[in-house]
Amino acid sequence: MFFKPAYIRHPDYWAGVRDLASVATGIGAWGLMTGVAMVKSGMSVVEAVAMTLFVFAGSAQLAAMPLIAAGAPLWVILATAFCVNLRFVVFSAHLRPYVMHLPLRERLVVGYLTADLSYVFFAKRYPHAPQTHTPPGDLLAQQAYLAGSTGINWLSWMSASMVGIALANAIPTEWGLGFAGILALLGVMLSLASSPLRIVAMAVSGAAAVVAWSLPLKLNIVVAIAVAVGLSLLIDRQREGARHG
Amino acid sequence: MAELPAFGETDAWTLLTIACLTGVTVLTRSLFFLSDKPWTLPHWAQRGLQYAPIAALGAVVIPEVVMSQGALIQTWQEPRIFAVAAGTAWFFWRRDVLGTIVTGMVVFLSLRLGLGWGL
Repeated sequence: MFFKPAYIRHPDYWAGVRDLASVATGIGAWGLMTGVAMVKSGMSVVEAVAMTLFVFAGSAQLAAMPLIAAGAPLWVILATAFCVNLRFVVFSAHLRPYVMHLPLRERLVVGYLTADLSYVFFAKRYPHAPQTHTPPGDLLAQQAYLAGSTGINWLSWMSASMVGIALANAIPTEWGLGFAGILALLGVMLSLASSPLRIVAMAVSGAAAVVAWSLPLKLNIVVAIAVAVGLSLLIDRQREGARHG
Repeated sequence: MAELPAFGETDAWTLLTIACLTGVTVLTRSLFFLSDKPWTLPHWAQRGLQYAPIAALGAVVIPEVVMSQGALIQTWQEPRIFAVAAGTAWFFWRRDVLGTIVTGMVVFLSLRLGLGWGL
């Protein structure tokens, strides 16, 4: 809700703007590359612009591109995007107490606009969830901060993505720049590799996706996720069992 | 509306996919904002949240690196392998996604355009 005057007048709005501006080059580079990758994956300019403006989720966009190009069925693309976006479900569980005083429509807008870095900065600045006795002024300050940070995030992401879409056709296909999209996903994937069992999930999923490659409709992705998550849950439960004797 | 030139290959199916993907963004970012009633995920699902995102990325990324035209890569002169190795090394050195992309692309483009690998 970065356009709400009550937020823009609030000093915390500008604190949010400043915090996110410190990482705006990174967001911009990632957006630029996503813009190039969309066009290079074979999407038309109209499709790439629509995807940028509406989907507004870099890693889900990058994961969806090869699937769209391969003609995978809709539900496979949506299931893959949903899984890539699952971290946002975790964020929403965390942010729930901060937004429940807002009407549903505003909660949906706040949720839609809160991407990874806005969440990270917000959680760092306001580590303690509001209680029933939290003064309304504090709730307003939090929302103003979030509005400022999501606003600058939106702006740098959108402008860089559009530049990427515009530049994509000037770059020869043989350069294989679409591979930058895979490297970006690699970076996000590695940043999630924070425990041994997660690394196991990653390796098992990758191997399963290769083994099941010949399945039709890109079903190898869904099979791989199911196998990897199932196996991780099993190992997890075994270890829990061992710990409790 | 007059037909737009040079924007060929825009198909309705992809636009529908984009509309549904927008729904996925709203749903995942706001899932716990939807209901006013207190509610939580079942225990196994909370556990699964730990592993599903990295599994989804592994399933997309790893085949794109080690496969070519539906088969495992048969040659070591493959720029993607070296690019991923360099990007991974950078990531574990500096913990930074942007540097991972830049390092990987420098290696990828030098091998591809400089030595003609993978072309």
